[in-house]
Amino acid sequence: MSNITPSQTVGPYFKYGLTPGRDYQWNDAFSNDLVTPDVSGERIRIIGQVFDGDGKVVTDSMLEIWQADGQGRFADPLDTRALPNAAFKGFGRCGTDANGVFSFHTVKPGSVPGPGAKPQAPHILLAVFARGMTQQAITRIYFEDESANVADPILTLVPGDRRTTLIARRDHGGVTAYRFDVHLQGDDETVFFDL
Amino acid sequence: MPLIYPRESNAAHAPRLSPAYKSTVKRSPAKPLVIIPHTLSELTGPVYGHETVRENDNDLTIQHNGEPLGERIIVHGHVRDEDGRGVPNTLLEVWQANACGRYIHVVDQHPAPLDPNFTGAGRAQTDSKGYYRFVTIKPGAYPWGNHHNAWRPAHIHFSVFGYSFISRIVTQMYFPGDPLFAYDPIFNSVTDEKARMRMVSSFDLENTQPDWALCYRFDIVLRGRNATPLDND
Repeated sequence: MSNITPSQTVGPYFKYGLTPGRDYQWNDAFSNDLVTPDVSGERIRIIGQVFDGDGKVVTDSMLEIWQADGQGRFADPLDTRALPNAAFKGFGRCGTDANGVFSFHTVKPGSVPGPGAKPQAPHILLAVFARGMTQQAITRIYFEDESANVADPILTLVPGDRRTTLIARRDHGGVTAYRFDVHLQGDDETVFFDL
Repeated sequence: MPLIYPRESNAAHAPRLSPAYKSTVKRSPAKPLVIIPHTLSELTGPVYGHETVRENDNDLTIQHNGEPLGERIIVHGHVRDEDGRGVPNTLLEVWQANACGRYIHVVDQHPAPLDPNFTGAGRAQTDSKGYYRFVTIKPGAYPWGNHHNAWRPAHIHFSVFGYSFISRIVTQMYFPGDPLFAYDPIFNSVTDEKARMRMVSSFDLENTQPDWALCYRFDIVLRGRNATPLDND
């Protein structure tokens, strides 16, 4: 048995501490806009809704994303390749609103190395926290217009009939926009990973 | 030194479906989670500068014009990895109810008073040895709608990052000897007793400040261990 501290639900009342916006006397450490003035790459918007097992929107969840920059480099000392986008952090946070909607403004990540130095298709890690979730559920956002998806070493581990839950669809909108809904449970349940 | 993250360590966590905690029933994945290797995407995580944590963000008692009501306490400890090494410069975020058990969140309509001098949110970064410290007010217990006469034991919510996206954890810190432990389905969603008790802080007389504040110690262990321990021979 391990000695780690167990996870507990983020609960229903995290907003004033983690995503206060202008509603509380506290400041946001993170936002849903990852774009920095010096970032290169294609600017994109990701928008979606979170649903529970009854198909009801989840209005009190928090989503966090983690991604490489447009060149496929992570702003982390473990990634020893050069970091041309010095200010791009690659981390974002957004709470769902009264309609269960979340959105992120970021850049499309480049390809990053995968197992056995095999390249991975562009993707973003997404963690979902909510009341009723004893720990976060982690999934990945892939993009429907990336031909590299067919050879992606992670996507190919996902049962074929569930792979579509990980693919963001091109949507209308000014900047390039993608639609990515999260189904915590049910027929369309999003694929979550055992990490 | 890159760390490895054995999956076995996740056994400490509560099952995602914990029916006594009713909200888990429709919000837990029902299909099997897909096992994938840890790639650079999972093994990296956000790094934040000192701009993230402002001076005094770790003192929840001085954010307003007056002093909040309630029992002033110090909460401190270390954030460590599974090998016991301190995790330096990592971000902790906390939020909690006030001394009366009332959250400032608009959805909390429990008939207990708000405190105009207490928001209940704080932030700290660990030092080079993984040590952190908060000053706050001891939160009260509060009722919730999970079942008849349901009360949450007093707790402080903690959000911690660590080295990677998969070491990240959100948890709750409890106070020793709380009589509500036995009746709380969230606390008891962690089924392993030893793991459960790691969420309970310990009273720290040595660091209690005379005539000023009681002290509690809460050490946090994140996933991550050295890939090659004791590999010298």
